[in-house]
Amino acid sequence: MKISIHGLHKAFESRVRLGIMSALAVNDMFDFNSLKEYLDVTDGNLASHLKALEKEAFIGVNKSFIGRKPHTQYFMTPAGKKAFQEHLDALEKLIKLRK
Amino acid sequence: MKKDQDYISDIAEIRSMMERSSKFLSLSGWAGIMAGIYSLAGAYVAYRIMGADPGDVSTTYANVNISSKIPQLIALAAIVLILAVGTAVYFSGKRAGKRSEKLWNPTSKRLLTAMAVPLVAGGILILILLANGIVGLAAPLTLIFYGLALYGAGKFTYPEIKSLGIIEICLGLIGAYFIGYGLIIWALGFGVFHIAYGIYMHFKYER
Repeated sequence: MKISIHGLHKAFESRVRLGIMSALAVNDMFDFNSLKEYLDVTDGNLASHLKALEKEAFIGVNKSFIGRKPHTQYFMTPAGKKAFQEHLDALEKLIKLRK
Repeated sequence: MKKDQDYISDIAEIRSMMERSSKFLSLSGWAGIMAGIYSLAGAYVAYRIMGADPGDVSTTYANVNISSKIPQLIALAAIVLILAVGTAVYFSGKRAGKRSEKLWNPTSKRLLTAMAVPLVAGGILILILLANGIVGLAAPLTLIFYGLALYGAGKFTYPEIKSLGIIEICLGLIGAYFIGYGLIIWALGFGVFHIAYGIYMHFKYER
């Protein structure tokens, strides 16, 4: 796991990934299209960020079909929850320090 | 290396994303105002159907024989409901569009599911009571079940909805005790309070 000097996760440096994690932190499940809508990004862009988070095992995927349409849902893994919490703590500390 | 400003905007982004993705914030105050107006008009028409004088508060509907008017009253209630829901969908859709979000998204689904459970249960109960000739409790029960639905919905949208729910529940309970004044209290709950809350929400969140 790559962690920068402040305890901030490299994986969360991108605003899109931060957004994905925030949405999954307060929702049990979130589907691809809703994430796309909230983050206002293209399919390809979102897919690559999701892949990256999946590779870190921070999020899990649940694939199913509604009728014939594929329905992909994402959720946060316990590891992801822990990493996100640490990232938030680090952000908090950083801002307190600079004040 | 990021700058301080970046970290602060990171936190702002996290906050906004958490809120937007967990709460339905496209609810419009106008929906409340219009629902209130429909309700007041509906209550007035209901009084006419029952042959009571709406200007005279002392004519309570407990002493009017209204069993024969039930189908008309149910139709009236359905019209008011459809108008109110239709208007709410219209205004919420417009607001969602402005926020470049879709109306039918995870937050609206959750909000509607939370409201549907008490509303459907209450609706069925009221129809059962009406079928058994227990008419007087219909108006207060709509208030109570609607209030329960709003109270539960408060978690999934603007928190003010919760207090509106409590008010509706209280009015429903008062109406259940003073059955003769059921319709006036109904008009107060669905009409006056909807309009008051609609105006409040409009000025607080839409300007």
